[in-house]
Amino acid sequence: MTTDTQTRKSETPATSQYKPVDGLLLEVEDLRVEFHTEDGVAKAINGVNFDLHEGETLAILGESGSGKSVTAQAIMGILDMPPAVIPGGQIRYCGQDLLTMPEEQRRKTRGPEISMVFQDALSSLNPVFPVGWQIAEMFRKHRGMNKSDSLERAVKLMQRVQIPAAKERVKAYPHQFSGGMRQRIMIAMAIALDPAVLIADEPTTALDVTVQAQIMSLLQELQEERQMGLILITHDLGVVADVADKIAVMYAGRIVERADVFDLYRQPAHPYTKGLLESIPRLDQKGQQLAAIGGLPPNLMRIPAGCAFNPRCRYAQDICREERPELLTVAPGRESACHFAEEVLHG
Amino acid sequence: MYKYVIRRLLQMIPVLIGATFIIFYMVFSMPGDPTAGMCGDRGCSPAFVAQFREEHNLDDPFPLQYAKYLGNVVQGDLGTNFRNQSVGFELEQRYPITAKLALMAIAFEAVIGIIAGVLAGVRKGKFIDNLVLVSTLVVISIPVFVIGSVLQYYLGVKMGGQIFPVTYDSARPLQSLILPAFVLGSASIAYVARLTRTNLVENLRADYLRTAIAKGLTRSRAIGVHALRNSLIPVVTFIGADFGGLLGGAIVTERIFNIPGVGGFLFTGIRNHDGVSVVGTVTVLVLVFLLVNLLVDLLYGVLDPRISHD
Ligand SMILES: Nc1ncnc2c1ncn2[C@@H]1O[C@H](COP(=O)(O)OP(=O)(O)O)[C@@H](O)[C@H]1O
Ligand SMILES: [Mg+2]
Repeated sequence: MTTDTQTRKSETPATSQYKPVDGLLLEVEDLRVEFHTEDGVAKAINGVNFDLHEGETLAILGESGSGKSVTAQAIMGILDMPPAVIPGGQIRYCGQDLLTMPEEQRRKTRGPEISMVFQDALSSLNPVFPVGWQIAEMFRKHRGMNKSDSLERAVKLMQRVQIPAAKERVKAYPHQFSGGMRQRIMIAMAIALDPAVLIADEPTTALDVTVQAQIMSLLQELQEERQMGLILITHDLGVVADVADKIAVMYAGRIVERADVFDLYRQPAHPYTKGLLESIPRLDQKGQQLAAIGGLPPNLMRIPAGCAFNPRCRYAQDICREERPELLTVAPGRESACHFAEEVLHG
Repeated sequence: MYKYVIRRLLQMIPVLIGATFIIFYMVFSMPGDPTAGMCGDRGCSPAFVAQFREEHNLDDPFPLQYAKYLGNVVQGDLGTNFRNQSVGFELEQRYPITAKLALMAIAFEAVIGIIAGVLAGVRKGKFIDNLVLVSTLVVISIPVFVIGSVLQYYLGVKMGGQIFPVTYDSARPLQSLILPAFVLGSASIAYVARLTRTNLVENLRADYLRTAIAKGLTRSRAIGVHALRNSLIPVVTFIGADFGGLLGGAIVTERIFNIPGVGGFLFTGIRNHDGVSVVGTVTVLVLVFLLVNLLVDLLYGVLDPRISHD
C-alpha cells in the first residue's frame, strides 16, 4: 500500500488534484438510494458503509437485486436521477464528497480518478464506433490529445490487456470480437487514464468459465501493477475468492457481513453468508435462486421490519422481526449484522 | 461489397423491363381514343386519325408495339409523344427542377425533422416533447394539398409573393421552390421528427450510453455523439428512401405551385392517354428509385458496421 499517486503507471500522468491520505481512496458513509417509481418507493440502498484503500480489492457479494450495481452506480454518479434519489450519505473520494461536488467537477473524476467496467461488454460498448476510437476518446476528451496520438495509446492499451494483433484490430468494431476480448477492451478503456479506483460490476458473469478466470487474473494483474483500489462486484463467491482481500456481503441494500476473504470463506458470521457458501452456485444455475436459502429477497418497497433477512433465516427469533441488527464487530476483523452472529460464527 | 453492387445492378434489369411492360400494358388498355379532343369540336378527319395511328404504331398488336418501343429505349430514345414532344428532351428540362425540389424537401426533413426530434427526445415528457408530438401528428394527418393551399395563400398570396412566389417563377427558380419543398416534405418532416425522437429515447437508455457517461464525457457529447449516431441510422435510411420517392415527382405539389417538373408531365401524359410520355417517364423514375435505394442500402452498411454486404 502506498500513499503516493506517482505509483500510477500513466505515461503522461496528469497531476491529479486528489491525493489520498494514508492510502485511503474511497469512504462510503451511510449511503442511501431510493427509486421513486409509479408503484412506490423502492429502498434499494439502506445505509451502506465501507472504505477502499490503494492496492486493496474489495469484493461486494450478494444475490441479484441486493443493490450491488446501484451502489457502484452511485459511486460513479451514473444513476438516472430521477427515478433514483439519494436521500442521504456521503461518498468521499480522497476526502471530498462526490455527492455534493459540482457536476462538472465530478464528471472530470470519471475516467481519470474512478472508472468502471460493466457486466455485458457487448451492449456497454457503442456498436457503431471502432473499439480503438472508443478507447482513444478517453485521451482526446480528458487529455486533449490528437487523433493519432490517442489511437497509438489505444493500441498500447489493447496490447496491455492482451488483445492479439492489437494494431490491426484497433479499427474493428465491438461485434467483431469475442466476449472475452470485448471485456478486455472495456477494461482497457476503464484503465486508460490510470484511475485510482476501478469498479468492476460482475465483469465475468456473461463469459465462459475459462475466460472468466483469465479476465479475473488480468484485473488482478492490473490492480497490482497500478496499485488501484478495486471494487469487484459479484454474485458468485467462487469467482472472486482468489482475487479479493476483503468481502462485503450485501442483502436488501445493506452490508450484512464484512470480513477478510479467507475468514469469511472458512467461517461465515451471518446466516445469509452461510447460506450463500452452502450453495456456491453450480454452473448450470448461474444467477438463479440459490438452492440453500429458501424464499426470495424482499420486495424493496416493503422490506420486513427488523432484520430484512428474517423471513428466510433459520436462526430467526422474535427479536429478528422487531429490531434491526447493526453491523457490529463480532470478532477481530469480523463484522456481522445479526443478532445471533456469535452462534453463526461458532456454531 | 463490389459483388453486391454488381448483383444489385443486374437485378434492376428485370425490374425495369417488368415495370415498363406493366405500365405500357396499362396505358395500352386504357379506354378512349387519344385523338379525341385533339382537333377541337369538329373532331379529327379520318385521314388525320389514320396518319396519327400509323405514326405511333397504334394499330400494331400490343406485343409488337411494346417490342418497337423497347427497341428504341435500349438505343437511348425515349420516343416522341402524341404532342410531338421528345420525351427525352422534356425530361431533361424538367428533371433538374424536380430534383432540386426533392433535394430541398430532403434538406427540410433532415434539418427540421432531426432538430425537432432531438429536442423532443432529450426532453421526453416535457413541454417541447408534447409540442413536437402534437404538431407532427397534426401535420401527418392533414392532406398535402390542404397544407399546400393554405401555405400558398398565407405565405404567398397574402405576403404579395415577395418572399415566397405564389407560383413557380422561372426568373427566381430556387426561391420559388422553398415553399413547395417545405409542403412536399411536410409529412416526412413530421415523420423524421418522430422517428428521431423514438430512436433517441431508446438509445438514451442503452448500456453504451451509461458507459459514455461513466467515461466522464459531457452529457452533450454522450447524447450528441454516442446516442445520436445510433439513433440516426434508421432516420438517415428513411430520408434516403424518401428521396428516391420524391425524385419521382410530386404531382400534387407541382400542380398547386404550377411547377414545371416531372410530376406535371406525367399527369398530363396520363390524362392524354399518352403512352410514350408515361412509359418513358416512369421508366426513368423507376431507374432513379432503384439506384437511390441501392445507395441507401450501401449507406446503411456504412452507418451501421454490423450490416455486412459481403
Ligand atoms: N432504474 C431503476 N428503477 C427502479 N428500481 C431500480 C432501478 N435500478 C435498480 N433498481 C432496484 O434496485 C435494486 C437493486 O438493484 P441492483 O443494484 O441492480 O442489484 P444487483 O445487486 O443485482 O446489482 C433492485 O431490486 C432493483 O429493482
Ligand atoms: Mg447488478
